[in-house]
Amino acid sequence: MSLPAIRVSALTKRYGGLQALAGVDLEIRQGEFFGLLGPNGAGKTTLISALAGLVRPDGGRLEVMGHDVVADYRQARRALGVVPQELVFDPFFSVRELLRIQAGYFGLRADAWIDEILEGLGLTAKANVNMRALSGGMKRRVLVAQALVHRPPVIVLDEPTAGVDVELRQGLWQFVRKLNEAGHTIVLTTHYLEEAETLCGRIAMLKSGRVVALDTTANLLERFATHTLHTRLAQPQIGVALGGRADEDGWVDFAFDQFAEVEVLLARLREAGAGLQEMRLGEPDLERVFVEVMQRA
Amino acid sequence: MPELLPPPRESALTGFRTLLHKEVLRFWKVGFQTVLAPVLNAMLFLLIFSHVLDRHVTVYGEVSYGSFLVPGLVMMSLLQNAFANSSSSLIQSKITGNIIFMLLPPLSYREFYAAYVLASVLRGLLVGVGVLLVAWPLVDLPFVHPLWILVFALLGGAILGSLGVIAGIWADKFDQLAGFQNFLILPLTMLSGVFYSIHSLPALWQRISHANPFFYMIDGFRYGFFGHSDVSPWLSLAVVGVSFVLLTALTLALLARGYKLRT
Repeated sequence: MSLPAIRVSALTKRYGGLQALAGVDLEIRQGEFFGLLGPNGAGKTTLISALAGLVRPDGGRLEVMGHDVVADYRQARRALGVVPQELVFDPFFSVRELLRIQAGYFGLRADAWIDEILEGLGLTAKANVNMRALSGGMKRRVLVAQALVHRPPVIVLDEPTAGVDVELRQGLWQFVRKLNEAGHTIVLTTHYLEEAETLCGRIAMLKSGRVVALDTTANLLERFATHTLHTRLAQPQIGVALGGRADEDGWVDFAFDQFAEVEVLLARLREAGAGLQEMRLGEPDLERVFVEVMQRA
Repeated sequence: MPELLPPPRESALTGFRTLLHKEVLRFWKVGFQTVLAPVLNAMLFLLIFSHVLDRHVTVYGEVSYGSFLVPGLVMMSLLQNAFANSSSSLIQSKITGNIIFMLLPPLSYREFYAAYVLASVLRGLLVGVGVLLVAWPLVDLPFVHPLWILVFALLGGAILGSLGVIAGIWADKFDQLAGFQNFLILPLTMLSGVFYSIHSLPALWQRISHANPFFYMIDGFRYGFFGHSDVSPWLSLAVVGVSFVLLTALTLALLARGYKLRT
């Protein structure tokens, strides 16, 4: 079995009274598109920062492509590209200068590769423009380019689409997907759960510094999420009495696992005289899984 | 489109050299503010003080006040700009958040230190040479011991570059950095004998001046020009050398711990 791209063992980190990471164990395989989800303050960014050497853990171990991030930090950092959450940039330089400098920090001269990244991210026309003159979306692309400049096998994107318009978001995912198809391991944190559902093959959910769910996206959807029958009833109270849940918009929702249950449910509503006026089926989605996992944890 | 190929070939351009190059580019791109303005400041000091005092004061017997003043101004400009370079670069990077781009790559804390301090020394030297070139036609400068001049310039620049690294990583706000600069660096440089020989001071102030390490930087540097100084250049070299070693050790220890950089 090949080396994991990322291995996290019993990782702990405390900031004063706050236990940011409370013993995280995680293994991400090479070539995976992996999602790291959790509410604000769950420990996602602390975990990524520890991986990148920006945060010093109190206990446990972290490896990137088999290299310990503390003892063998040079190799670990060479193997990792991080797109930070904040829109940060150096105002003294143009896009190309910045990328050359970033490559140089890794001991590399990578002009041809820089041209490729610029093209792939639609930045060629902006190559010689100063960072200050770029729009927010363009600055975000440069952040991605900076993370890729040393061609790392493992790429971590920390909420890369926060506040980004739809066009850029789609372009970015297209690019990142191609990187993944080419063999790069991608680790993504995002609050847009539909993005994670579409892109990630496997997902870990964090809450209060612990991994509370870890599985393939398909398994999580199957294990946690139930289908929903949304109904609008003339007598909603009858629906509630039969186990439905009324929402604020006047719909009564029934959760079910097997479609055969729908038949029985409809028959019971008719017998009780609930007066079915409208209905639709809801597919399981990651948002429901997320809410359920967070409630259970 | 990108493919997972072996990483690009590593060139002789190491991380350290890149960081040094970037730090030099950073001040060079705003050279008007970082090099020319300090030269102009020093020239104003020279014109005003030498105009007022040149005919009334001589130092070390026969040295005119203007000549005496120039090495002090050169060294003061060098020291202040060496400090300004590393401290302002670091605090700007911290406040804007782009320091992350220096922390993510495989740069060691020693490379980090060396690049910031060397860039500071280079800016200090550039400003110092600028002041010297502009002042040269106006005064008589004998350059008796050029090697002493060079040694004190390098050590002084490196000490202030290190202090700038400490201040830059310690300060969380520009205000704190300005405090460091205005309440520590500026008084210590201004009261170090730039404008006077400490022999002209009352005994108490002479003793206080001897406790100021900046005094030894200026005095040793001036010895290189005139072959005269207030204290032995060897004593100055010892004080400045020990200061450099201690500050380097302190800065490296802070960087190794990741003080305020890696939490």
